[in-house]
Amino acid sequence: MITLPFSRRQQPGRYARATDNESAAPTVQTDIILPDIDSPSGLSANGGFDVRRELFGETSAGELVADSITAWFGTHKVLDRVSLTMETGKVTALIGPSGCGKSTFLRILNRMHEMVPSASLSGEVRLDGSDLYERSQRLTWARRQVGMIFQKPNPFPAMSIYENTIAALNLTGVRANREQKDQLVEDSLRKASLWDEVKDRLEQPGGGLSGGQQQRLCIARALAVAPRVLLMDEPCSALDPTSTRRVEETIAQLRGQMTIVIVTHNMQQAARVSDECAFFLAAQNTPGVIVEHGDTGAMFNNPQDERTFDYVNGRFG
Amino acid sequence: MTETTAIAPRLTAQPSYPEDGSDAAAPRALKYVIERADRTFRGVARGGGLIVLTIMVLVGLYLTINAVQAVSAVGIVEFVTETAWSPETNRFGVAALLTGTVLIALVAIVISLPLALGMSLFITEITAGGFQRFMRSVIDLMAAVPSVVFGLWGLAFLQPAIVPFSRWLSTWFGWIPIFAVDGVDPTNPLPNTSLFTSSTFIAGLVVAMMVIPIMSSLMIESFSRAPIGEREGAYALGATRWGMIRSVVLPFGKGGVIGGTMLGLGRALGETIAIYLIISPIFDINPHILQRGANSIAAHIALRYGEANSFSMSALMAAGLALFVLTMVINFTASTVIARSRSGAESEG
Repeated sequence: MITLPFSRRQQPGRYARATDNESAAPTVQTDIILPDIDSPSGLSANGGFDVRRELFGETSAGELVADSITAWFGTHKVLDRVSLTMETGKVTALIGPSGCGKSTFLRILNRMHEMVPSASLSGEVRLDGSDLYERSQRLTWARRQVGMIFQKPNPFPAMSIYENTIAALNLTGVRANREQKDQLVEDSLRKASLWDEVKDRLEQPGGGLSGGQQQRLCIARALAVAPRVLLMDEPCSALDPTSTRRVEETIAQLRGQMTIVIVTHNMQQAARVSDECAFFLAAQNTPGVIVEHGDTGAMFNNPQDERTFDYVNGRFG
Repeated sequence: MTETTAIAPRLTAQPSYPEDGSDAAAPRALKYVIERADRTFRGVARGGGLIVLTIMVLVGLYLTINAVQAVSAVGIVEFVTETAWSPETNRFGVAALLTGTVLIALVAIVISLPLALGMSLFITEITAGGFQRFMRSVIDLMAAVPSVVFGLWGLAFLQPAIVPFSRWLSTWFGWIPIFAVDGVDPTNPLPNTSLFTSSTFIAGLVVAMMVIPIMSSLMIESFSRAPIGEREGAYALGATRWGMIRSVVLPFGKGGVIGGTMLGLGRALGETIAIYLIISPIFDINPHILQRGANSIAAHIALRYGEANSFSMSALMAAGLALFVLTMVINFTASTVIARSRSGAESEG
C-alpha cells in the first residue's frame, strides 16, 4: 500500500503557492524557497510575473475541461468520449497501462494531436470556458496557453541555454528588450530550479547539459511564455532518480501557479506529485476510457473500481 | 574466463592504487582475431577508397604533366594573368576564362540558392503524403535532364524571354557596375537587344536551373531529418510554422544547405555544354554580367580541342588543371567551413 508523503488536506487554499505547502515537508527545497535577496539583478519574487504580463497578457492558472473527447488515428478509435476537469492550480496525474490513450489525451489538450496526419477527434477542450478547438481560435494561442513537456528532453541543440529559455519569444514573434529577456531567463530558470546550476554558463549550448538539466531547461522554456496550463508527458521516464526528484520538486513549486497535467507510469510519482488522479484503461481492442478519477489519496488508498485497485497495487499494467 | 570472474571481488577488496612504481601498469597491447566477414568488408572498403583516391591523383598528375609544356613556354605568372588565348603566337592565359567561369557559377548560385532553399522547405514542410513523394520524384527527374537539353532550352526559349528583363535591370540598376552595359542607350525606342544576349547572366540562369535539383535533394534530405522531438517542442511553445522552421529545421539542416550549395557550385564551375551553347566567347575580363560576351574554361576546352595541335592541347590541359585546382580549393574551403560551423545535427542524442 502506498501512503502519501503528506496530506493534501493541509493545503491552505486552492490558490495557495506551492512553497507555503511544501514548507511543512522536510525536503531540500528550502534553499529554493528563500527570497532572492542576493540575486544579481535584484529580482523581486514577483518580478517574473510582471515581465510575463507585459509580454503575454493573462498569466494566471486556468481551469481546463475536456468534454467528451473521442480520438481516432485513421479509422482506429483510441479514446471514447472521455471527459475530465483539470482544476485550476492543481496537479492532475493521468495513469494507466501503455496504449490506453493517456498521451493521446494529453496531446489533444494543447492541439498537438492534429500534427499526426491521420489523427482526428471530436469533443471540446475548454480553457476557462473558451474552446481551444473553436474555429476562430489561433493554434499558436492555444499552444502558448497550454504548454507541454515531452518524454525525451528536447532543447534546441544549436541554441545556448539563454536562447533556449526565451526561444518562445522568437518562435511566437513577441518582442522584448534586453532587460526583459534577462529577467525572463533568470525567473524562468529559477522557477525550473535550474538557475543555480547554469547561471555562470548561460551562453553554452543547451544540448551540453545532462538529461535532467535538459528536461528542466525545457520546463524553463515552457514557463517563459507564461502558460496557464502545463502538460507533462512522462517527463521523468528518461531521467535518473536524482533528476527525477529535482523535476518533481519543480512540479511541487509550480503547483498553484498553473494547472499541471502529468502523464506517468510511475505510481509513486503520481502519488507524490498529484492532487487529482485519473485512471485510463483500454480493454482489448476497445478505445481508452477513464475508469476512475478523483482525489489522489482516495484513488490510491480507497479506489472504488476493482481495476483501479489492481493497477495502483501493481497487479497488472 | 576464470580471471574475469575474479576481477570483481579483487577490485572491491583493494580499492587503493598499487604502491609500486607506475611502470607496473603499462598499457597492454590489445589484440584480437579479426572475423572473416570483417576482413572481407575491410578489404573491399579499403580497396574502393584507394581506387578513387588513386584515380583523383592520377587525373591531377596527368593534367599537370601535360600542362608543363605550355605553362613553361609562357611562365606561370603570365599564364595566370594573361586574358588572350592564342597558343599559336605564344600568348595565352586563364585570367579571362577563370573569372568568366567564376562569374557564371556565382550568378548561378545567387539565383539557385534561394530557389532551392524555398523549394526544399516547401517540399519537406508544406507538402505531405502523395504530393510530397511526387514533388521529390520531380526533383530527381530534373536532375536527370541532360545539360544539352537545358542549353537548348536556354538558347531557344529563355534567352529571348529574359532579354527584356536584362534591359530593365541595366536601365534601372546600371549604376551598379556589374549591371552596367556598355553602349546601351535606354532612351532609344528601338534598343539593340543583341547587346544583352549570350551574356554571363543568361548562362548563369541556365546553370542555376541545372543545379537547383542537386542542391534541393541534399537540402530536402537534411531538412526531413530534423528531429520530430524538437519540431514538436517548438510547436508546443506556440511557434508559427516559420518560427519552427527558423529555429529547428534550418539550424539542423545547415550542413545540408552548405553542402548542397558547394555541390551546386562545383557542378556550375564544371558545366560545359549548356554554357557552350549560350555564350559568345570573349577573351577579356568582363564584369558586366548582363552584357554580351562571357567565357568559361570547360566550354572553352570543348570549343577548342578539335582544332588543337600538341602544344595548344597542352595549353588546354593547363586550363583544365586551373579549373581542377579551383574546384579543389573551393571544396576544401567548404568542408572546413562545414566542420567549423556548429550544426544542430551534431549534438543530436
